[in-house]
Amino acid sequence: MSLVEATPTVRKTALNAVHRQMGAKMVEFNGWDMPVEYPAAIGCGIINEHMAVRTGVGIFDVSHMGDIRLAGPQALAAVQHISMNDASRLAIGQAQYSALLYPHGTFVDDVIVHRLGEDEYLLVINAGTREKDFSWVRDNTRQFDCAVENLSDDFTQIAIQGPKGVNLLQKLTDADLSVVKFYWVTRGMLCGLNNILMGRTGYTAEDGFEIYIPADEAISARVWYEILAAGKEFGVVPCGLGARNTLRLEGKLPLYGHEISDTINVWEAGLGRFCKMEKPEFVGRDALEKAKAAGVRRSLVGLEMTERGIARDGYKVLDGGGREIGYVTSGSPAPFLKKNIALAYVPVELAAVGTAVKVEIRGQGVGAVVVPTPFYKRPKKA
Amino acid sequence: MPYPTDRRYTKEHEWIQVNGNSATIGITDYAQQSLGDIVFVETPKVGAELTAGKTFGTVESVKAVSDLFAPASGTVTEVNGTLATSPENVNKDAHGSWMLKLTLKNPGELDGLLSAADYEKFVAEEAGH
Repeated sequence: MSLVEATPTVRKTALNAVHRQMGAKMVEFNGWDMPVEYPAAIGCGIINEHMAVRTGVGIFDVSHMGDIRLAGPQALAAVQHISMNDASRLAIGQAQYSALLYPHGTFVDDVIVHRLGEDEYLLVINAGTREKDFSWVRDNTRQFDCAVENLSDDFTQIAIQGPKGVNLLQKLTDADLSVVKFYWVTRGMLCGLNNILMGRTGYTAEDGFEIYIPADEAISARVWYEILAAGKEFGVVPCGLGARNTLRLEGKLPLYGHEISDTINVWEAGLGRFCKMEKPEFVGRDALEKAKAAGVRRSLVGLEMTERGIARDGYKVLDGGGREIGYVTSGSPAPFLKKNIALAYVPVELAAVGTAVKVEIRGQGVGAVVVPTPFYKRPKKA
Repeated sequence: MPYPTDRRYTKEHEWIQVNGNSATIGITDYAQQSLGDIVFVETPKVGAELTAGKTFGTVESVKAVSDLFAPASGTVTEVNGTLATSPENVNKDAHGSWMLKLTLKNPGELDGLLSAADYEKFVAEEAGH
């Protein structure tokens, strides 16, 4: 079993050499050496990668994500205790968005809970919170008859995202993907590998899949290149963390340390629909009940810049009179929407759509307005 | 990418091309490549005073915000307005997409800047890190 590690060195996924070979620009992200974008010379760059996912297909190495398996007679009870969504609603093969909370109702992390078997669950967690999450899950499930395993280093996880993602992946697997609904998983032969887990999930606000293959360098590289080759007819491109961030921002998908953290609660983050208060008990529930009764004071809103300027993470939000009222959690140009957008915490009384605010950019208040979110919603299939 | 020998370069990746006592300023191809897709260029207005080594503007890519540093001191005489609406021109042709022109205060300041060959060497080392 892995111990809680002190990680002084930057970690690498099994695809690290592949990214370097492809000429990716590498950055450190949460202790990982990851591609932020691939070169313009191969048709990439953040904007092209982003557009490929919105209109065709792009693939991402997301092996830095962590995986925790809970299995045993009381696995469901354990998952119910540590997560805010209702895992009892999951059929085998189904997944749901959820979160692990501290007793005071703030976030340990957000997770995708997959029910893989009768008494078997897989939590997919964030890279920056891997060790913290695993310790937290282990410590908070000791009273249950259920084994908790950290499988984070076992998988290379590749996300195949975009409207053509299903067509691309179908070329490489014998599993019938047409019957796999959004937030369901299947298993099948993939690129000659047996029994590969494939989930119709992602972090791009687009249709797509995430696949879990063995974290072996040679296997990972072979599958990566086979996906790129099979995707040629759909215009597939490799995508880095830059596009991953702009894609998730357009879809208002939260990022740990930005929209959610250990100082932000579920109501403030606007994630109440994934928090099932009708569940009699889960860590954080009592505090959330009190917080709701006391009234929520700030709220996460979408901003669109109405004047020239780009809001960035951490910038101050000001009211019309220049008084500081909140801050930007994530801000960026939105490549598909071709607008400058941001998510920000502001007082609830200034959170209504249409409220004019300012974002402080290099000492200047620049005009912005509260807009409906998500900024981008993928078109429904006809 | 060959660096034109008709100009000088800073270690902050600006280029400056001198013509008498006036000069033209932009950022290098290495800079545009490191930044990625450029979406915003902000430069001072005509008449603004630049001081060598001090920031005079900002260039933003999708991901990053970077300051622009003045290669020389002087007064701004012209600004490339097309970059306000087409900042991506800098990605397409960094050495052709000038940002502003200025009247030099002290042309002797240019002596401390890098030649094309020295700049090429400098970025090769920087990229190698």
